[in-house]
Amino acid sequence: MSVKEQKTFCFQVKVNRDKCKGCQLCIFYCPVGYLVLSSRLNKKGVKFAETKKDNECIGCGFCYLICPDACIEIHGKEQDKEK
Amino acid sequence: MEKNKTKKNKVLMAGNEAMAEAAIRAGCGFYAGYPITPQNELIAYMAKKMKPRNRVFVQAESELAAINMVFGASAAGVRAMTSSSSPGISLKQEGISYLAGASLPAVIINVMRGGPGLGSIESSQSDYFQATRGGGHGDYFTLTLAPWSVDEAARLVMLAFDLADYYRNPTLILADAIIGQMMEPVELILRKEFKKKIPKKNWALTGAKGRSPNIIRSFFLKEGLLETYNEYLRKKWNNIRKNEQRFSTYKTDKNKYLIVAYGSQARIVREAVDILRKENIKVGLFRPISLWPYPEKGLKRLAKGVKKVVVVEQSLGQMVEDVKLALPGKEVVFLGKAGGGIPQAKEIINLIKRNR
Amino acid sequence: MKKSFLLPKSLKNVDTHYCSGCGHGILHRLVAQAIDELNIREKTIGIAPVGCAVIAYNYWDFDVSEAAHGRALAVATGIKRCRPQNVVFTYQGDGDLASIGIAETLHSANRGENLTCIFVNNACYGMTGGQMAPTTLRGQKTITTPLGRDPESGDGWPLKLSEVLSVLDGVCFVARSSMSNPQGVKETYQYIKRAFINQIEKKGFSLVEVLSSCPTIWQKTPIDALRWIEDEMVKEFPLGVIKE
Repeated sequence: MSVKEQKTFCFQVKVNRDKCKGCQLCIFYCPVGYLVLSSRLNKKGVKFAETKKDNECIGCGFCYLICPDACIEIHGKEQDKEK
Repeated sequence: MEKNKTKKNKVLMAGNEAMAEAAIRAGCGFYAGYPITPQNELIAYMAKKMKPRNRVFVQAESELAAINMVFGASAAGVRAMTSSSSPGISLKQEGISYLAGASLPAVIINVMRGGPGLGSIESSQSDYFQATRGGGHGDYFTLTLAPWSVDEAARLVMLAFDLADYYRNPTLILADAIIGQMMEPVELILRKEFKKKIPKKNWALTGAKGRSPNIIRSFFLKEGLLETYNEYLRKKWNNIRKNEQRFSTYKTDKNKYLIVAYGSQARIVREAVDILRKENIKVGLFRPISLWPYPEKGLKRLAKGVKKVVVVEQSLGQMVEDVKLALPGKEVVFLGKAGGGIPQAKEIINLIKRNR
Repeated sequence: MKKSFLLPKSLKNVDTHYCSGCGHGILHRLVAQAIDELNIREKTIGIAPVGCAVIAYNYWDFDVSEAAHGRALAVATGIKRCRPQNVVFTYQGDGDLASIGIAETLHSANRGENLTCIFVNNACYGMTGGQMAPTTLRGQKTITTPLGRDPESGDGWPLKLSEVLSVLDGVCFVARSSMSNPQGVKETYQYIKRAFINQIEKKGFSLVEVLSSCPTIWQKTPIDALRWIEDEMVKEFPLGVIKE
């Protein structure tokens, strides 16, 4: 095993809530239910997508790919497996 | 003969070919065209001469495609031209409106033939309204220049490129089948008639390297934007009206009658003027070279004191309206024939005599 | 696996005017991403269509020209012939490319113009309120086919322009993809990248047809609209590389 494979990633999903138009495609395609629809409204007056605190992003990128409004970025960070 | 040729650089050419050669000499880097009589010599000349000079020639699939290719080439900062004849120019009007809307320079040559519809291939001047009133949709004008000889046709094509670039506006050469088809000696040197400095095309699409992106657009959706753009155009039109009126005169000293004619028709009027002057009838010719802007300042000056103004056209009466607009209260007599009919010198002479 | 998914630099980080769930936003991003990855932003010139994407230049951060409805490929021809060192692409909808501009499309392709053409097929005219497009499906209701498109009554059949173009000698690459799921979006991206690479390698005319949703005109939720692409559109417009 290489050193790299002993590492793992944690992923941080950033949703630009004010660009979001609430189409919910990211929520629909998220395989782990990490994204949900907020109960609050953004400046457009729509319920936006937000991340759920108790789930973990697996970094598949589906939400980024399907988002029609370029409001999602996923930042992957390397961290040790033991952590 | 040889000595003379090098000195004057004069060659015998058909109008269509001379206009093509003039475009090349003026730095035309892109030409797209579609066949139509009576301008076919022009596209053939460009096909032969552009590629060896590393310029672009495209035989387009239609007039629409040709004018829009010119739009693209012009947007890329290259001097671009297309040519056609009346029905083809109608098809190009969409593109000409977009060029004016996007403030893009281009030269368009119309070698007029008879209409409406498919008309005929005989000479005509029936596209005057279309040329001088914008032609397509929207509030715009195209600078319009009308040559009366092969030599002048070449000269005006060269001037047209400068005018188009300076004002960032399409410029039209309104020739007719006679000018396009006839052969005359032409002096093929690049004459810098336009003295103003032409600004660099820093608006052109070249790739956004080291600058913010350039956008070529004629669409202004946000409220008030289009109005602002149209006001900019208004200033441009007024500027052109002020600075670019062109005309010439023939035997206008002490004249009682002024005949107004342009293009090939003016040559016939010149003949009539010569004959009438010999009979001691004081008549002169006023020949607009720029049809838009119409040379109303010159016309007003020359029509002062004349008894009557006669307008002769190869149409049912189009330019005559501009003459009437320029000369309110003046008696204006019209002689016109269309559909290939050409007012002859004899008819012009008779008309003047009848109106004495 | 990719570690991060960041917005491309060639895409401005601004709000778009598109409806919720509209495919244009995805496709704008994919085009920008391909341009970033190939490092061609500084020499790219895009042609925006007439339709909802007419103001695409508000979202892209490179040189863009508008074109009259249907004439994008003629404008692109003019630009590319004058500036062969630049990368020139058109972004056109079904009405623009396959109806009013079909002559320009066919002939640019047939001349083998070294261009990249991105063809957004959403089976309707979106901006004008949902009329029948050349690619409207059989039976699909639009405001000009209120009973559904009926080929037998003169409405014509869904026009498969990609297949038509694929037989032309000047065309080097034709592919159709769908943005109805993340995998399809990935595939679309690969096709777009290839279409740009083909141009850089001077291979001729490349076209990528992208099945894209128009939830507003289709009167569906964004999710149902994607399902409709998968259930209905794909049947009429099969996916994959058509020519290479």
